[in-house]
Amino acid sequence: MMTERKENKNKIPLRKRVAAIAALIIIIICFTVTVFPFFIVVINSAKSSLEVINQPIAMPDNWGQLFKNVSEVWSSNTVRYPSSLFSSFIITTFSLFFIAIFSSMAAWVLVRTKTKMSAFIFLVFISGLIIPFQVVMFPLVQLFSASYKVLGIKMLRTYHGMILSYIGFGAPLSVFMFHGFIKSIPLELEEAATIEGYGRWKIYRRIILPILQPIVVTVLILNGIWIWNDFLLPSLILGIGNRIQTIPLAVRFFAGSFVKKWDLIMTAVLMAALPIIIGFLFGQKYIISGMVSGAIK
Amino acid sequence: MNSYKKDRTAFWLFLMPALLAFLIVVVVPFFMGIYYSMTDWTAITGSEINWVGFKNYANMWSDVQFRYSFIRTFVFTVLSVATINFVALFLAYLVTREVKGRNFFRAGFFLPNLIGGLVLGYIWQFIFKSIIPPLGGLFGIQAIEEVVILGDATLTLFGLVFAYTWQYAGYIMMIYVAAILNVPQSLIEACEIDGANFWQKFRNITVPMIAQAITITSFLTLVNSFKQYDIIVALTGGGPSAVYGAAKDVVNSTELLAVHIYETAFVYNDMAEGQAKAIIFFLVLSVVSIAQVIYNKRREVEL
Repeated sequence: MMTERKENKNKIPLRKRVAAIAALIIIIICFTVTVFPFFIVVINSAKSSLEVINQPIAMPDNWGQLFKNVSEVWSSNTVRYPSSLFSSFIITTFSLFFIAIFSSMAAWVLVRTKTKMSAFIFLVFISGLIIPFQVVMFPLVQLFSASYKVLGIKMLRTYHGMILSYIGFGAPLSVFMFHGFIKSIPLELEEAATIEGYGRWKIYRRIILPILQPIVVTVLILNGIWIWNDFLLPSLILGIGNRIQTIPLAVRFFAGSFVKKWDLIMTAVLMAALPIIIGFLFGQKYIISGMVSGAIK
Repeated sequence: MNSYKKDRTAFWLFLMPALLAFLIVVVVPFFMGIYYSMTDWTAITGSEINWVGFKNYANMWSDVQFRYSFIRTFVFTVLSVATINFVALFLAYLVTREVKGRNFFRAGFFLPNLIGGLVLGYIWQFIFKSIIPPLGGLFGIQAIEEVVILGDATLTLFGLVFAYTWQYAGYIMMIYVAAILNVPQSLIEACEIDGANFWQKFRNITVPMIAQAITITSFLTLVNSFKQYDIIVALTGGGPSAVYGAAKDVVNSTELLAVHIYETAFVYNDMAEGQAKAIIFFLVLSVVSIAQVIYNKRREVEL
């Protein structure tokens, strides 16, 4: 067996072997360019301001500076890292939960109800896919501030205002994806469940939702990465420098107020990127396939 | 009858949460926006809002920065779409070969996509300002050592395209990878037996087989380049200044449309004109992206 394999290997023409090695070298060069910015962020997070200015491409003198920088950013009253991390976490989690539940509920009844109204509402959702955020952002802020003046319901600078916005903006793509998948689920399952005496909610909860699981994962990943990194929408709804701020807002507020302090800006950038990189290390397979299948749908 | 009524109630109950959120956040503001674009709306609280018809739509074209932003946005979009797709296809070709550790490389190329535009904008600002010149010094290339990328209008635009490619190419690469892996191996082998070279294989087998993926990736890169905002805000802030046109007007060289719309409304406090510009932005984007999809769909059939 071993010898056979070896012989096979020797049979591969030299030209092909050279090509394979060349490909590997090119990949390694591209890979180096790709990870280089991460490397720069890490080494400069472990330097003092003076070191960053004098020797930005050298390795840091003392890695202990990293902890000093991290603790300075952690306790900075512009970044407010623990509070920002908490806010980002709350906003992302609740938005994702409601997007997945509400969009799949809506998509299910839109598929199963064959009326003109149902087709029209589906079309309204789909039209949301082509509307860029820029067209609705000013009126949205106006509407939210009016809701406080007229109805006394505070929407700006609140968690629920932010989460409601994400449910609304996340709905078109999510409804569309669930809709496509539910169409392929045979109706017999639901008919059998109805005969068994299941109500609507029970059918959705016990039969539809479990079948939807792979699409739910895709929807969560696509929306999760967008929401976690989003900047423009939270900058309008929450504002920069207010009590509730997400991580990108915190980075913006911090970098905007310490223009020249690159050592601390790099540390803040590192701390902002770290949660998502850790998440990627654990869920790599799901994240890549989820995002790719989300695009192809 | 009873069951029919029950069905209808259930329909609306299941639909309502998502629909309501969507109506409040997207549909209602969309129609408000059309109305506001025809008024003299400003951000000053308590000021009256008066109907002005199409005045904002007529006025915006006399704004030099708006015309300039329009052109620059097109240039940026064309450059980004070309660069990102070229790099992505190139990487996809490399990581679908028999290479050791290709899954590791794929994940590495994909990683920058998870970093938000705002955060990566600051990373690249630092690299362009503080890393590139000393790197030039290290390799003894004086031109690089002395270059001030973010001080030059053209170089800054290239810098934006580069940073954006760094972020997005890995994602587009994964779409190409999925498509390339679907190309039947037997087709390629048959081609090889016929003595086809690399280019012939690529042109006659790979490109037609991944035509559908090309439609998707062109659409995604086009729409997202056109809407680019986060990276610009953090990387250049719209700068540096440049001189434009016969009248030698001073303009912000990387203030692309999405940034310009925001600036018009909040910095110049002209909400109505910003809104009108946003609607033009929406119309142009829709026309361009739909035309592009139709063109690619036709090509798909031809191939």
